[in-house]
Amino acid sequence: MALIDLANPSRFLALSGRLLPWLAGATLLAFAFGIKEIIVSPDDYQQGAAAKIMFIHVPSAWLAMFIWVTMSVAALGTLVWRHPLADVAAKAAAPIGTAFTLQCLVTGMLWGRPMWGTYWVWDGRLTSVLVLFLMYLGVLALWRTIEEPARAARAVAVLTLVGAINLPIIKFSVDWWSTLHQPASVLRLGGPTIHPSILIPLLTMALAFFLLFFTLHLAAMRNEIMRRRVRTLMLMQADAAAGR
Amino acid sequence: MDLGPNAAFLVGAYTFALLIVAALIAWIVVDNRRQRQLLSELEARGITRRSERAAERVS
Repeated sequence: MALIDLANPSRFLALSGRLLPWLAGATLLAFAFGIKEIIVSPDDYQQGAAAKIMFIHVPSAWLAMFIWVTMSVAALGTLVWRHPLADVAAKAAAPIGTAFTLQCLVTGMLWGRPMWGTYWVWDGRLTSVLVLFLMYLGVLALWRTIEEPARAARAVAVLTLVGAINLPIIKFSVDWWSTLHQPASVLRLGGPTIHPSILIPLLTMALAFFLLFFTLHLAAMRNEIMRRRVRTLMLMQADAAAGR
Repeated sequence: MDLGPNAAFLVGAYTFALLIVAALIAWIVVDNRRQRQLLSELEARGITRRSERAAERVS
């Protein structure tokens, strides 16, 4: 099957229906392995067991940005190629991105309080992630404000692409400005600076969270396709009732 | 297992993450059931898409 065939919602539903149980199973396995790795991983010599918040905080931070990238690619699909599934993909990703950004912020605050002595500082990294969260809320609001899905998709696509400017700001904020937040220690040019006993559970949990996102996104896209079918049928019903 | 003096923050963070994931899964499952129910109700009233009607005529 050619990739373009996936543009057909019915084919997408059939293929994703076969793929979903495997993705869900892989997600469960990855989480089981990740949790086992967390349990056997050593405490940090300075932070103690509290450093294990990293295993949920860092993957959710990566996902928060990755999902916006996914929405940006979908936005291009909507504006440039008018791909039938692009706005479905963008709409389905937005609530998931919002949830993981909130998870990143809250787990970061709960890690920051015992380590920094405060839940929050208005520095570059924390503020730019808060801006990302507010932009996710803006996208969700815009989807709900415009009733016609195609018009809403175009408006959201523009907002998404403008909002993508924030992603490099989040990434490099720790290098550009003075901050309490530590600099990158995994995704950096010189390679990871974390000991393998911490790095392996971190990467395993990251894999688990990314698989979870792919599973949830696929399921949410299926729901969105059905929602659009329901809308179309309801409009047909209304037209029939009006005698048009 | 000794979680140290900051156990409340560690447990709080993992509990919050668990709640977020559970809420996402619940949202998707409930939404799926709702859309399936609405589709089957509409189809039961004889309202189907043109492509489905064409497929029925062919078969």
